[in-house]
Amino acid sequence: MTNQQPDQHTRRKFLAAILSGSFIAVAGAIIYPIFRFLTPPPQETEIVASANLGKSADFPPNTGKIFRFGNRPGIIIRGSDSKFRAFFATCTHLDCIVQYDAKAESIWCACHNGRYDLNGLNIAGPPPRPLTPLKVNILPDSDEVIITMTEGKEV
Amino acid sequence: MSSRFFNWFNNRYKIDTLLYFSREKKVPVHRGTIWYYFGGISLFLFGLQVLTGLLLLFYYRVGPDASFESIKFIITRVRFGWFLRSMHTWSANLMVLTVIVHLFSVFFHRSYRLPRELTWLTGVVMLFMVMAFGFSGYLLPWNELSFFATKVGTDSVRAFPIVGDFLLKLMRGGSDVTGVTLSRFFGLHIAVLPLLFTMILALHLFFVQMQGMSEPMKKQTSTAPRRTIPFFPDFALRDLLVWLVVFDFLIALSVFFPWELGTKADPFASAPAGIKPEWYFLFVFQALKMLPAHIGPFEGELVGLTFLGIGGLALVLVPFLDRAAAKNLRNRWFDLAGALALGFFAIFTVLGYILD
Repeated sequence: MTNQQPDQHTRRKFLAAILSGSFIAVAGAIIYPIFRFLTPPPQETEIVASANLGKSADFPPNTGKIFRFGNRPGIIIRGSDSKFRAFFATCTHLDCIVQYDAKAESIWCACHNGRYDLNGLNIAGPPPRPLTPLKVNILPDSDEVIITMTEGKEV
Repeated sequence: MSSRFFNWFNNRYKIDTLLYFSREKKVPVHRGTIWYYFGGISLFLFGLQVLTGLLLLFYYRVGPDASFESIKFIITRVRFGWFLRSMHTWSANLMVLTVIVHLFSVFFHRSYRLPRELTWLTGVVMLFMVMAFGFSGYLLPWNELSFFATKVGTDSVRAFPIVGDFLLKLMRGGSDVTGVTLSRFFGLHIAVLPLLFTMILALHLFFVQMQGMSEPMKKQTSTAPRRTIPFFPDFALRDLLVWLVVFDFLIALSVFFPWELGTKADPFASAPAGIKPEWYFLFVFQALKMLPAHIGPFEGELVGLTFLGIGGLALVLVPFLDRAAAKNLRNRWFDLAGALALGFFAIFTVLGYILD
């Protein structure tokens, strides 16, 4: 074994390199499509400009309600001052859906006890950022509540 | 007749070597012998998981409009459906428990030391897989609790820098927890994980058979004669008896405390108050809850998950970190680390229960 001809040695090495090279190539050709397959294709997000929530008179003061804004949940709150506010209802901590806590007059997430004030500002618990606000419009003639994106904010 | 049968096989496949092996296999008898049972119990529970899981598959349907309804059908209409479903869930929970007991007993006995490093490694990998089993199976009823648990569990990977968003999409099959996520978890739970788990389990058991049972360090160095009992039939029969007790216990649990189905998941409803994950994730849940939003320049989430990741990695590497154990020496720091880990797990689990 030790007295191998030098050319034999390099040929063996060369063949080993070819073999392992093609092995890696085949493995790559198998793994890559699997990896791409498992990566979800870009979703068709419903582009939603607005959501109609009905008459404003149907919202008693000091209550909150979850609504659909496209394929995302939103929360509308009518404070005890009768003022409307709306946000995306997704907690900025770990993606749970928040709710209105009428007793504390604040927005609460049941998952990890996160709390936001009525301006959507994270005030207690683990949430790292404020809620994303939505715009509440009340049509003067029909008294309908229409939610739209806040200008400059992306979905 | 039976001996003719035996001879027919034996002439072809030499199965008497197996018999010889099982007769020669000895189990050491000492103060810690009782801990040997927990691996076997976990194995038994895995068998139960496979059996009850296969049976549930005959009725379970996957999809946001089908999963909840099909389990409702199983537990209300199918004969013994409620029972098998409860058995599946209860034995899964019990399996997590026995696996954890098994892990800590092996840890404190230093049974991972030379030459059993790979037995430990395969064991820890199986522990992670058991948790993945639990996490993926939890979503399958598509109820409120499991829906939010999955949202939270998958969203937490987003804390990882650079790959976080990609991992999230990979797990969910999109940016939200939807029917696509359910399909993915279903595939993982009933095909991918069982296949991989069975292979690693076979390896784990093969290692144990090759090397025999580990003895406590003191026994290994003492010159006193060792007490052993044959594995077959002595220990095997005891194993069987313990399995039977566990089986009866499970039946009692399933009959008297059947697992609830809860309310169907609604992606457009607030998370219900008092929401909690399964008990074996409770310590993570409680820690996440207690972490502040920001620790220095980092999000609290990232800090917590980094610590958890380091803990997981340390667990994998235990046999290679504990150099003293290979020389049959006890490094007390490892006892301390084990006690701290166990304490952290126990205290945060209890806190998770009592605090809301």
